[in-house]
Amino acid sequence: MNEARAPVTRERGLRLLREMLRIRCFEDACVQLYGELKIRGFLHLCNGEEAVAVGTMQGLEPTDAVVSTYREHGHALARGLPMNALMAEMYGRESGSSRGRGGSMHIFDVGKRFYGGNAIVGGGLPLSLGLALAQKLQRQKAVTACLFGDGAVAEGEFHESLNLAALWQLPLLFLCENNLYAMGTAIERAESQLDITTKARPYGLEAQAVDGMDVFAVEDATRAAVARMRAGAGPVLLELRTYRFRGHSMFDAQLYRDKAEIEAWQKKGPLISLTTRLKAQGLMSEEDYQRLEREARSEVAAAVEFAERAGWEPVEQLERFVYAELPHA
Amino acid sequence: MPEPLAGRMSYRDAAREGLRAALHADARIFLMGEDIGRYGGCYAVTKGLLQEFGPERIRDTPLSESAFVGAGIGAAIGGLRPIVEIMTVNFSLLALDQILNNAATLCHMSGGQISVPLVIRMATGAGRQLAAQHSHSLEGWYAHIPGLRVVTPATIDDARFMLAAALACPDPVLLFEHIFLYNMEGELSPSLTGVEIDHAAVRRSGRDLVLITYGGSLHKCLTAAEQLAGQGIEAEVLDLRTLRPLDDAAIMAAVRRTRRAVIVDEGWRSGSIAAEITTRIVEQAFYDLDAPVARVCTAEVPVPYPKHLEDAALPSPERIIQTVQRLMSRAE
Amino acid sequence: MQIDFRLPSLGADMESATLAQWLKQPGEAVRRGEAIAVVETQKGLIDVECFEDGTVTALDVAPGAKVAVGAVLARLSVAGTAAAAVASAPQPPPQAPPAVVAATPATPGAPREAAGTGGLTRISPAARRRAQELGVSLEVLAQQAAGGVLHIEDVERLAARAQAPAEDARSAMRAVIGSAMARAKREIPHYYLGLTVDFGPAREWLARQNATLPIQERLIEGVLLTKAVALAAARIEGFNGYFREGRFERVAPVHVGSAIALRGGGLVAPALLDADRKDLKTLMREFSDLVRRVRAGRMRSSEFTAATITVTSLGEEGVETLYPIIHAPQVAIVGAGRIAEQAWAQAGAVVVRPLLHLTLAADHRVTDGRSGSRFLQAIAALLADPEKL
Repeated sequence: MNEARAPVTRERGLRLLREMLRIRCFEDACVQLYGELKIRGFLHLCNGEEAVAVGTMQGLEPTDAVVSTYREHGHALARGLPMNALMAEMYGRESGSSRGRGGSMHIFDVGKRFYGGNAIVGGGLPLSLGLALAQKLQRQKAVTACLFGDGAVAEGEFHESLNLAALWQLPLLFLCENNLYAMGTAIERAESQLDITTKARPYGLEAQAVDGMDVFAVEDATRAAVARMRAGAGPVLLELRTYRFRGHSMFDAQLYRDKAEIEAWQKKGPLISLTTRLKAQGLMSEEDYQRLEREARSEVAAAVEFAERAGWEPVEQLERFVYAELPHA
Repeated sequence: MPEPLAGRMSYRDAAREGLRAALHADARIFLMGEDIGRYGGCYAVTKGLLQEFGPERIRDTPLSESAFVGAGIGAAIGGLRPIVEIMTVNFSLLALDQILNNAATLCHMSGGQISVPLVIRMATGAGRQLAAQHSHSLEGWYAHIPGLRVVTPATIDDARFMLAAALACPDPVLLFEHIFLYNMEGELSPSLTGVEIDHAAVRRSGRDLVLITYGGSLHKCLTAAEQLAGQGIEAEVLDLRTLRPLDDAAIMAAVRRTRRAVIVDEGWRSGSIAAEITTRIVEQAFYDLDAPVARVCTAEVPVPYPKHLEDAALPSPERIIQTVQRLMSRAE
Repeated sequence: MQIDFRLPSLGADMESATLAQWLKQPGEAVRRGEAIAVVETQKGLIDVECFEDGTVTALDVAPGAKVAVGAVLARLSVAGTAAAAVASAPQPPPQAPPAVVAATPATPGAPREAAGTGGLTRISPAARRRAQELGVSLEVLAQQAAGGVLHIEDVERLAARAQAPAEDARSAMRAVIGSAMARAKREIPHYYLGLTVDFGPAREWLARQNATLPIQERLIEGVLLTKAVALAAARIEGFNGYFREGRFERVAPVHVGSAIALRGGGLVAPALLDADRKDLKTLMREFSDLVRRVRAGRMRSSEFTAATITVTSLGEEGVETLYPIIHAPQVAIVGAGRIAEQAWAQAGAVVVRPLLHLTLAADHRVTDGRSGSRFLQAIAALLADPEKL
């Protein structure tokens, strides 16, 4: 597939780096906050997968719809959800993106067309079919992007969704974030066929594998796929090959993989890849990196401060939001 | 709407009219489900609709309950008004995750940002010797879940008009049609233009006890009440119409009037909607009772295939009458 | 600046961990993101990372020690002022207020406590049963309730209070009954006859009748017997009336004394007036009324002296046959044992039937065995054909 690649410029490079650094700093702060019992429940971090989040979200328009998983902080930040609201949601405060009601696994922002946040593996795929169907029937130019992991590929919903999307030619971009592990199960022990793109093609979808550590490649592939879909090409699957530096969730002794493997991947992680490449092409300096990292950490510190001072939803409100309180159109 | 149906019709015809009226009234409405288009619907409810409205609005789906129910949820969020037909409640189990973890829960998880104005229609119930896997009555199970609304039209008027009320609701509504009701015939009330889905309805007044029921069991209760009248026992019959929310006020008013309650529910008795209603009566009308609450439910067995066993397992007018007689005789 | 390094929570259900290994020693530098120790948890060994650049100054926990989440493991010296520390005192979520959360169900539900029972007394079913056992009148209870709810202990309290004065009244009554019985035994020459009756037909007839009646009007078996005795007494001479001043006073109306057990012992037999002329429904209603008033202690003395013949039964208490004492100045008393399923000969075969052992105790100064047996046969015939009652 010959895709047009957007030029690698300083502006583009620094923009993408900043976006990835915001995510990395946010995730690292979450580790500490979780250890201090500020964030509770389950916490799934995306260190190592920042290029997937930033590259894909950069390739979409604000009118497009996004469905994600429980490992969604990076996707949400890259999509443009305010970091303050996100951190407050992690803390469970009323000024969180879901009023604190959802927590880490249930981030929603209807204004940004970000529809969660789903704790059931594969649970977002059927939902994304519907969003895409609505776009098609209402003759909108917008598309729907659904992020899911290699674990979801084993669920029946994945196959039902590929089939239905192709059958009805829905504007649905299947973004498989293959980090090689479904919790503690390596993909070799879960899938009879390791190349995920080969699972989509028999259903009639166009499918492409992408180096998920290369943010430029991810952005280019996403833009190209979306452009084809807007022109009426039908659903597309991108398999973004990446790696998860931290455990599945916080409480993970990672008995199922070697430290050596993790270290090897860390050496070719998204931040290092981008920085090395931009420096090699003379497009950025170490000072640029330090400045961007300081700014990211400072933004995260401000978000933590915001969350620390934010209020709790009153207990008397407990039974609200079970049914809609909106005026119904 | 061209050529609206009036006068005497079957429950099936009334349901179809409801769908036609909705499709004509709002361009956002469309149907999705297995065999609803070219086949005309498993129970012939959607017969003719494909010809009238076309394949974009009457969409046959593959056998992918999870996918097309989820698609219904997403389409509802995305600005359309889908009516999803799951062929029977027995197959809804394949979509249970989408119904519970998405449809019922998205409003709450998003802190109220999202509403899911989806209607899911399902055939339900037993009595045609379809055996264990095709005979469930799971309305009570679904009524357990906050975030859903559950309605059970049991009359011609309700079959015709409950759908519109469900479509006007911003929350997901599960609408159950008992398979035995499809062939039932009756007169559509001539001047009726709509119904609400928040309240129960007294279908027959009585002074000695109230039969509390819904859906396919309503007519069994009315039959039993006729026979009991011949024995000098006057039974009131209350059609619940909505299982979530339950109309507590109507239930308690009937219990206070009659002092005795018998709940007739086609689910299995353990953890059933009958159990829930009994508990609410104990909570709210304990001192008005002159006898313990009784219930007639399906026997605790997967529904068997042979007719005599199926008849023995399901609620029937005979079992209802026996239960009432035992209740009235002051037997312990 | 010195800061504490504490054991972090690594999972929702982690409460503690065992320090397995220190990766840094006092004096060594540590960088942000670097692992400083390894701890053992229920899931296995996990690296614990440090979030500051600094130097380890002290290790407070030795390898092998089990520590709770939040406990201080080590101390570090880091650059910067105290204000740079991220951790501020955690603000706990507000406690749920002690009052119940305002339950606003989405249902258009009725208020929990029924306000609208419209002045009816609210007595728990268990309390009602206790009241019945103790013979406490519901009207009295209702007055005590005054809008609230009565429970078992309320009923028992009331009964205990009512007990004391009632005791005196009751023992006085026993004395009176006792002397009357003694006189009757002394003065009246009793003869006894017994007849066993198949109560089956009467029972079946009764069931059919009762199926058509509302609960409050349903007939009990005793009422059938009362009517049968009344009709027989009207028809056959010598059993309805008084023996006074050395002679028998035949009396036209038949007032059947009906034995009613008192709580705390004793039997009284107030009269059902004109029992031969009233239909069963009326007799049933009047009998129920008598029972109520007897138990509430509201009887008229005339009701005790009006009886012209008495029917006595111990109901379900268990004996087959009674041998009663005539209530002077009456001249006869009919006793009914418990109706029980027993063997019976019918058309040459043994069948099981509900049998009633009727006894007649009569005054031999007025009647003899022959009229006595005609009397009993008449009762039996009426019971066999309840339609005639």
